[in-house]
Amino acid sequence: MLKDYLLPETTAKAVSLLDNCKGQARIISGGTDLLLDLPDGKVATEYLIDISRIAELKEISLEDGVINIGAAVTHNQVAKSDLIREKAPALANAAGSVGSCQIRNSGTVVGNVVNAQPAADTAVALVALGASAEIVSSGGKTSIPVEKMYAGVGKSIVDSTAQLVTCVKLPAALAHQGSAFVRLEQRKALALPMLNVAVMVSLEEDKFEWVRICMAPVGPGPLRATAGEDVLRGAKISPELINKAARAAANQANPRSSALRGSKEYRLGVLPGLIAKALEAAVTRVMEKTNNIGEEV
Amino acid sequence: MSTKTLRFNLNGEVKEVAVSPSDMLLDVLRDKLNLTGTKKGCGKGECGACTVIMNGEAVNSCLVPAMKAMDAEIETIEGIGSPERLHPLQEAFMDLGAIQCGFCTPGMIMSSKALLDKNPNPGKQEVREAISGNICRCTGYVKIEEAILAAANKNKR
Repeated sequence: MLKDYLLPETTAKAVSLLDNCKGQARIISGGTDLLLDLPDGKVATEYLIDISRIAELKEISLEDGVINIGAAVTHNQVAKSDLIREKAPALANAAGSVGSCQIRNSGTVVGNVVNAQPAADTAVALVALGASAEIVSSGGKTSIPVEKMYAGVGKSIVDSTAQLVTCVKLPAALAHQGSAFVRLEQRKALALPMLNVAVMVSLEEDKFEWVRICMAPVGPGPLRATAGEDVLRGAKISPELINKAARAAANQANPRSSALRGSKEYRLGVLPGLIAKALEAAVTRVMEKTNNIGEEV
Repeated sequence: MSTKTLRFNLNGEVKEVAVSPSDMLLDVLRDKLNLTGTKKGCGKGECGACTVIMNGEAVNSCLVPAMKAMDAEIETIEGIGSPERLHPLQEAFMDLGAIQCGFCTPGMIMSSKALLDKNPNPGKQEVREAISGNICRCTGYVKIEEAILAAANKNKR
């Protein structure tokens, strides 16, 4: 039973409240997942510490080429941010695919990651974009790649009764870099993805310099398709190469059969097509940027 | 369990109400303030019947802890028009038959009001996105879309 609902106005205060409650308190931000788990008894806590009034956690900023998204920033704020749309379009698209308009106005990107569902759209994008999360507790501050934040299905390494994620940080795309997010679902709102894929490409003239491919739900959390990335590294861009990489990437996937969201066979059948589509979209984004710069000059 | 005093601006008036830390905004509106225009459907943020506008954004009030509304501005269906002077959206929903059983209607109207407040001249796609979290189980969305677009046009004139 909930004894109190606390609204601290600084991160330091939130951390000291967590500490004082000794495991009996839990961080809440948008609450769109946690408020379903509490009445179901999946999570029990005596105190909720709401971080949505902490001014420093409500910001999206760019400093020295690094984008910082605070833990109280909602999905819609990310999806509609000009900065994110330009410098991390895969994340803007992923944030815009979560839930419904109302859910996106409440739920936060950091919450999506900490809730640790296997195909959390923004987590898939953040892994492809090479993001890290900053975690604070009374013991200090640490930074950990989003890729390493899953401890299992629905399980984060973040202990929300003792720790607080303050923000995620990701490198802003440079002129020769681009990202894309592709999602397959049964309807266009309030549907969990049957599959989702995010990629980031860094190009060097007509070659891939490097690529990050992330796919889900094909394991407990977002999975890097390193075999596909290896095929592309240093190779000349072509549709054939992209298809070859997409097949190699999909070979690493181990999706489950879901009565609602497609059999394993179906998912494995369509996954290479989605990966290829994401890679093509990311390459096109870079080409368009480069062409525009050419025209301006 | 402590009782807290929730102070917020509801439909333009400052309200104070005693709430428990586990109360949801929807239940406070309906059971403590007797504003039953906001409907309780699924209680899980999936149907949109409980949509209200909080600080300018449409949210599912079934998933908003009451305490989150502290100092916030909340608009509900009761606050946007009166029987004598309906909101253009309410007029348009009636004129174009965009209502069947009516259960989803307050939520539909609040989602569309949040849209029109920000974007007085939306396209069909923007309307669809705005009401994508509102489910109608009677019929379909064509007349609802038409009503929202008609209300937007009326606003322009």
